[in-house]
Amino acid sequence: MVTEALFLSVMIFIIGTLGVIIRRNAIIMFLCVELQLNAVNLAFVALSRHAGIEGQLFVFFVMTVAAAEAAVGLAIIISIFRHYETVITDNFSFLRW
Amino acid sequence: MFFVFASMAIGGALGVVLGPSPVASLLFMVVSLGSTAGIYVLLEAHFLAAIQIIVYAGAIMVLFLFVIMLLNLGHDYKKDIRGGLAVLLGFIVTGSIGGLLAKQLMASNDALIEFSGSSINLDAEIAEKGIIGVIAEPLFNEYLVAFEFTGVLLFVAIVGALVLAKKVD
Repeated sequence: MVTEALFLSVMIFIIGTLGVIIRRNAIIMFLCVELQLNAVNLAFVALSRHAGIEGQLFVFFVMTVAAAEAAVGLAIIISIFRHYETVITDNFSFLRW
Repeated sequence: MFFVFASMAIGGALGVVLGPSPVASLLFMVVSLGSTAGIYVLLEAHFLAAIQIIVYAGAIMVLFLFVIMLLNLGHDYKKDIRGGLAVLLGFIVTGSIGGLLAKQLMASNDALIEFSGSSINLDAEIAEKGIIGVIAEPLFNEYLVAFEFTGVLLFVAIVGALVLAKKVD
């Protein structure tokens, strides 16, 4: 069970990484980052079954950080959209305006 | 049961990457998160499964949906998957990450099987303290400072999000 869950976690993580690299839409790239966080959470929970409860506690903190990150990241996407009228990353590759 | 949830999680993840529009990707993401919550239940992490559904699939995904609706991207069906070099780069990077992790897992397979029979038994602790008590007790004793700092983090994130999304004029 632990090994299968770890394999699943690896697969979801690499799918998330692939998504970040091949998509152009900033919101979908951001969703793929959440997918990576979720894969790591799964690995923590799988190992916590035999390594102690700390794994589950860490997942709790990761979820909090993910929520904070989502709020700030979406605010950045909104302010970029106000300026460029798009969320396709090719159109704002310069870090200036 | 595990393989049903696992295939749903992987299918959802592929749907996120290949989905035609942001809304479709978001709904696939909800499927993926929900089946991950099912796997948490199978791994005896009932509290985290509930939190995953309520906070992740509920609150965070709704936040994404609000932003998609606010920016009016719902009917944006233009293809935005990169081609050529980026796909090649993506497969090289993910292939090397996946290969490395799979190699590590294979190498530690015996250790994992031994580890599965280790003496720490969560079930006995859960029976003694209850599902929530087993998480809450260390959270409010040993990790109290970290827990309070997550409150500060959330506060800073709220203020930061407000400042960033505010209309500048």
